[in-house]
Amino acid sequence: MATLRADFTLPLRSFELELALEVDRTVALVGPSGAGKTSVLRAIAGLVRPPRGRIALGDDVWLDTDRRLFRKPDERRVGLVFQEYALFPHLTVRQNVAYAGKERADEYLERFRISQLADARPAALTGGERQRVAVARALARGPGVILLDEPLSALDAHTKGAVRAELQELLQELALPTILVTHDFEDAAALADLVGVIVDGNLRQFATPSELVDRPTDAFVASFTGANLLRGKARRLDDDMTVVQLETGELVYSTEWGEGDVGVVIYPWEVSIGRLHQDDSAMNLIQGEIRSVTAVGNRVRVRVGPITAEVTASSADKLELARGGTAFASFKATGTRLVPLA
Amino acid sequence: MRKALLAFLYFLAAAAALAFLALPILAIFVHVPPGRLIDQLSNPVVTDALIVSFKTTLIAQALILLFGTPTAYLLASRRFPGRSLCVTLVELPLVLPPAVAGIGLLAAFGRAGLLGSSLSAAGITIPFTQTAVTIAVAFVASPLYIRQAIAAFEAIDPNLVAASRTLGAGPARTFFRVILPLSRGGLAAGEALAFARGLGEFGATIMFAGSLQKVTQTLPLAIYAEFEVNFDVTLAISALLVLISAAVLISLKLTSLWQPSEQISPSRFARLSWS
Repeated sequence: MATLRADFTLPLRSFELELALEVDRTVALVGPSGAGKTSVLRAIAGLVRPPRGRIALGDDVWLDTDRRLFRKPDERRVGLVFQEYALFPHLTVRQNVAYAGKERADEYLERFRISQLADARPAALTGGERQRVAVARALARGPGVILLDEPLSALDAHTKGAVRAELQELLQELALPTILVTHDFEDAAALADLVGVIVDGNLRQFATPSELVDRPTDAFVASFTGANLLRGKARRLDDDMTVVQLETGELVYSTEWGEGDVGVVIYPWEVSIGRLHQDDSAMNLIQGEIRSVTAVGNRVRVRVGPITAEVTASSADKLELARGGTAFASFKATGTRLVPLA
Repeated sequence: MRKALLAFLYFLAAAAALAFLALPILAIFVHVPPGRLIDQLSNPVVTDALIVSFKTTLIAQALILLFGTPTAYLLASRRFPGRSLCVTLVELPLVLPPAVAGIGLLAAFGRAGLLGSSLSAAGITIPFTQTAVTIAVAFVASPLYIRQAIAAFEAIDPNLVAASRTLGAGPARTFFRVILPLSRGGLAAGEALAFARGLGEFGATIMFAGSLQKVTQTLPLAIYAEFEVNFDVTLAISALLVLISAAVLISLKLTSLWQPSEQISPSRFARLSWS
């Protein structure tokens, strides 16, 4: 399998996108909206022309500004699935899939279980069906690279889970260099081997999903992965302890090193909740009002003061957690990460 | 009470306006019995004018489609300095008094005109020929088509064009398989308007091409020429033109009905509704 190498700069409206990526499996690009994620896909597909850089799939060079080489989108073997799918509204499902090549259209209709819809127009399809048509159409081209722009965002929550599982299986089976743009960490974690975090046109972090959770390099990454982010001022206590005075006044101890304005990152599952002040090994204790109690599957997310904890449904019952009451949130100093804040 | 009075005034104004607009058209048909109108259509003046009109209009429309479509596509899909100037230039004949258009064409293609000497050196004479009629019609009618075509092309989702390209289709295949089918409703509407405008062309034609029966006398020019000779003939031609205009307008509304629903192209006229 060929590796996709992309290294280019592209001026966008308010900043410059600067990116060096090497993709041989599935990479998810995540980041706030307007960070330049979709522009990465457009540049690789040849829909925009970076003024400087090189893009190649194996030995097949698509862009090399040093050699003034630019291959048009129809001369690159990319399968791009657009965010809203961009199905041709005037063509039937079969004609859409056959657009890139008639020979294998029926095979793909079969494979994506859309044969029975072959004569329907896109307007008559459900969101999940449209997604399958879009993926089938892109694959019928026989691409060497797959580019997916928010492939699940147009779907409702109910459909999304099933479609994500299908997509996961498909990407595994295809084993092609794949870039997936998403704003959802769960989708990125489920579908991608590596996650690239793009903020303001720069790749901030490029790591496995679990590394992102364990070692977020900045505040955006932390909040993106679903962690608590508490702002405060850090001061070294001794060689292995930092104390952070939160903006809300509380003190938090951390085994990480930090100085000045920092964000304290705590994952909800690192926080325990109690109704009474307890002595245990956790150095950090925050008392606060219970602001919300939300069930997430068999777990419950409880917000106490500035912090969100995740506990099992049974312990939430036992503790009789309800909005308005008072509770203690405790977590270990080793369970905290400190990230610098700008 | 006051509300009822207001509603009555609205009704009165609308009734007056409708009557005012409908009366002249009705008058054409009731002034002489229909049988006599139909008889007049076999008058050689009418048949000659009909032939001249349709020949010149069809050639002009073919030219408008051939040159106007790529022009409109370029103006709709590219952003370049001077683009708005180009669009304004294309639209100018729309607001130009027809007589001025005629003078302009004479000044450009006439014997003493800008291109006149080079044209006559090549043995080409344009003014007062059927070519002049065609040119006059194309000049005044093309903006209607080009404007509508620009709007139709601009209404296409650029992602559909991008999708076609990433699916391996070059610019030509993309144009014929995606852009043209998706804009055909708007293009047909523009073409119908240009056709109607071209068929009714009078001012520029009489200045630039004259009114010579069998050569440059189109239907509207024949109305003017027969005005003092045979009023029944002018009425017959008028009735014919009313019917053609109505047919164009109705077919325009029908095309907007069968347009694919995803296609949004601004219609210049109220849509027909069947409910």
